[in-house]
Amino acid sequence: MQLYEMSAYALAGMIKNKSVSCLEVTQAFIKRIEETNDTLNSFLTKTFDSALKKAALLDKKLAAGEDIGALGGVVYALKDNICAKDVRTTCSSKILENYISPYSSCVYERLDKAGAVLIGKVDMDEFAMGASNENSAFNTVKNPYDLTRVPGGSSGASAVSVASMQAAFALGSDTGGSVRTPAAFCALTGFKPTYGTVSRYGLVAFASSLDQIGTLTRDISDAALVMNVIAGHDKRDSTSLNYKPFDYTAFLQKDLKGIKIGVDRNCLSSGVDEDTIKAYENTIDVFTSCGAEIVEVSFKMLEYVVPVYYLIACSEASSNLARYDGIRYGVRAEGNSPEEIIVNSRSKGFGKEVKRRIMLGTYALSSGYYDAYYNKALKARRLIKDDFYKVLDKCDAYLCPTTPSPAYKIGEKTEDFLSMYIADIFTVTANLAGVPAVSFNAGKNKDGLPIGMQLSSKALNEEVLFKAVYNYQLAADWHKMRPCI
Amino acid sequence: MEFETVIGLEIHCELATKSKVFCSCSTEFGAAENDNVCPVCLGLPGALPVLNEKVVEFAVKAGIALNCTIHKESVFDRKNYFYPDLPKAYQISQFHKPICEHGSITINAEDGKEKKIGITRIHIEEDAGKLVHNEGSTLLDNNRCGVPLIEIVSEPDMSGAEEAEDYARKVRAALQFAGVSDCKMQEGSIRFDVNLSVKPKGSTKLGTRTEMKNLNSFRSLVRAIEYEQKRQISVIEKGGEVVQETLRWDDAKSKTIAMRSKENAHDYRYFPDPDLVPVVLTDEYINNIKAQMPQMPDVKYKIYTQQYGLNASDALRLTEDRQISELFENAVKAGADANACANMILVDLYALLKEQGCDISGVKLSYTDIASLVKMTKNGSINNVTAKKVLAKVVQTGLSPEDIVKKEGLTQVNDIGEISNIVREVIKENPQSAADIKAGKTKAASFIVGRVMRLTKGKANPALVNQIIDEIIKSE
Repeated sequence: MQLYEMSAYALAGMIKNKSVSCLEVTQAFIKRIEETNDTLNSFLTKTFDSALKKAALLDKKLAAGEDIGALGGVVYALKDNICAKDVRTTCSSKILENYISPYSSCVYERLDKAGAVLIGKVDMDEFAMGASNENSAFNTVKNPYDLTRVPGGSSGASAVSVASMQAAFALGSDTGGSVRTPAAFCALTGFKPTYGTVSRYGLVAFASSLDQIGTLTRDISDAALVMNVIAGHDKRDSTSLNYKPFDYTAFLQKDLKGIKIGVDRNCLSSGVDEDTIKAYENTIDVFTSCGAEIVEVSFKMLEYVVPVYYLIACSEASSNLARYDGIRYGVRAEGNSPEEIIVNSRSKGFGKEVKRRIMLGTYALSSGYYDAYYNKALKARRLIKDDFYKVLDKCDAYLCPTTPSPAYKIGEKTEDFLSMYIADIFTVTANLAGVPAVSFNAGKNKDGLPIGMQLSSKALNEEVLFKAVYNYQLAADWHKMRPCI
Repeated sequence: MEFETVIGLEIHCELATKSKVFCSCSTEFGAAENDNVCPVCLGLPGALPVLNEKVVEFAVKAGIALNCTIHKESVFDRKNYFYPDLPKAYQISQFHKPICEHGSITINAEDGKEKKIGITRIHIEEDAGKLVHNEGSTLLDNNRCGVPLIEIVSEPDMSGAEEAEDYARKVRAALQFAGVSDCKMQEGSIRFDVNLSVKPKGSTKLGTRTEMKNLNSFRSLVRAIEYEQKRQISVIEKGGEVVQETLRWDDAKSKTIAMRSKENAHDYRYFPDPDLVPVVLTDEYINNIKAQMPQMPDVKYKIYTQQYGLNASDALRLTEDRQISELFENAVKAGADANACANMILVDLYALLKEQGCDISGVKLSYTDIASLVKMTKNGSINNVTAKKVLAKVVQTGLSPEDIVKKEGLTQVNDIGEISNIVREVIKENPQSAADIKAGKTKAASFIVGRVMRLTKGKANPALVNQIIDEIIKSE
């Protein structure tokens, strides 16, 4: 087995007991990236030099008997909307093409301190707007299971880097499913934590009330390991929860007795394809065999989640993205007045989907429309959360597919943005309600494409999710699926 | 036709916190360009605001000082508009749920009676940066970005420039006394926007209003109002209609200039800032601040008139500025006569400040200086004329009055023998004046006094001089 095939857990262990050095691990991943990146296009910025330096430093520390941290020597990739000091942060947008962040995000600082080695920044949908990674201004990122298909989005390349073993784990951001959808398309475990458990400081905002940094890993144990490092209160983020930090690894217990899994077959009528329905039924069987109790539930507000999500996300985005005006940083277009400079810079700098969402959000917030759209969406968000909590009163975790169907062809849906929006139906609820959700691989379709299932729970009840997926992954081997690349 | 003017004021005031409203950068005025900045106040991608608790405390204090209801929950909204000096392209402000509402302050109305001016709301917001125009280029100084402001919005309760000025002065004094702002006009830490309309006298229907932005002195406030009310009246008298628009007061040209009309007005798309949580205050918190509030000008006014025996006008003027009132009170507490202190501050000191074109914060002067000058005058060791001179020297040099008097030999001459000798000499040289005095011509007496004072370099005790002249002439 190659070093790059190892899980983060395994690598951390091997490094600690000195069966392998940090430098060897880093070099193995660098080699892997060099072999595969021209095919997959996942990396936007490679930080090989600093990674090698860091690895050498960790090896020295290790030799001196020092603790190198929970993720000492483990190689990872960052979605390119998460800032690391002195490294380019483009958000896959032309408007930030040469923007180098002068400060670090909270998650980067914590990972750095825990010994993790940043190998590079990876592509995404521009400003995290998209579900296929096709909205990047730079790369066409390929799904390693089928190079003609999309990897999912918006954290598409984060998923690709882990699935194709260019990194042991990656961080993404999830505003409406942007960690979970690519995890589902790439056979990974994608975890979106409770809103406020991971600091957003240094995450370039798309929709602040929905954005949450999440993990893309081979399995749930790796997610626990990474979450232990990145989660916890940060006073630089006012929406960061001040709660007693979890030990996520302690949730990995073999036993599902007394755990109620909520099953919602009504949701399968929302355009879910046949293979995904089959995988859903199989997943229910696995949980039953693990000792979980299956309860039938129905989430009635499901039909409203997509329009409510897009109204809120676009409204916040229209304001969050207003700062990219070409005045202080980023691309500046010519103009004869400040107004012209701003208009030209934004016209040239933003891609089509970003412009569409800015316009949608600007409209929804305009005086005269505010009550009809944004304010109504806020009220509906409340109702959706209440209704979802009613469902979660009946079960510990709610099970549904992550996406209605597996990865589609590159270009297949680009002209039909509404059908792309609708495909977010199963993921946006967790963001609207602020609850945790995890996508895990639960089968493949007739073309061999991965199928993801999703569990979600009440806020701060991450325990049930980690436990359930841990038991699932003990019982089924779907998380061990690897692409032929 | 006779017209009435209706005026409402929006006052922007920088709070005197050490750090900015959403980051820990310094608010210090006069730092080198772009020295006081960080990712947060520069609005860099990914940076997030965290509310400075001191700002909330100061806003609550301002609310209490202006008799407002303090809301236990208030929310920050984003005010969205593009401008190069606004790094995030939105200003964090409070729109839907401000921290204070329903206040009032009492002013002296134009008919001489007291008048209550309603305060609609006070909200917290962040200041923007500054554009620095050079030849052929414009530069950005972001030091002011994120400096905390409160905006105090009045009801349209004022009927003219005089009331508006009095209101503005009262609000400024209240903020100063509450310790929330230094309200330094020349540093732009307090600025006024005027909403003004005119209507036929007695009419209940309000006229179309215009808004004048960013007036930064009482003088320009008054001049702008006087100009704009005349302009609006003349538009109506010529059969025209006042257009709702935003204006800029050009002090040099003494007129208002249109900035933008209603059609071009911004749609700020206010919505709750999702990066911040609501400000929630407990009763205990509010009551604690209430208990710590210093004396407000209206309370001080009562003390000055009732306990210190000052007249109304002096008391009013002494309570317009916190530093002035502190100077006065401390001098009185140090044992100096209240009326004499008031007189020295309001007449002599104010004349000096006017001469130097600065305010009290710009001069070296302590209450002990005022107290000793007043005491020295009272006990006759110097006279009033000398006191004025010494005060000027104190302000100039920062030395104590005692040192100046000693160094320059200004102690009043109270020696009867010495004064008598000089008086005799002057009378001898001016026999005609002496005769005139005898004939009852008082003018002649002051001539003699003047001569004596000149010969003693102003140090002779004037009362003693008069007395001695009288005695000598009589005895002749």
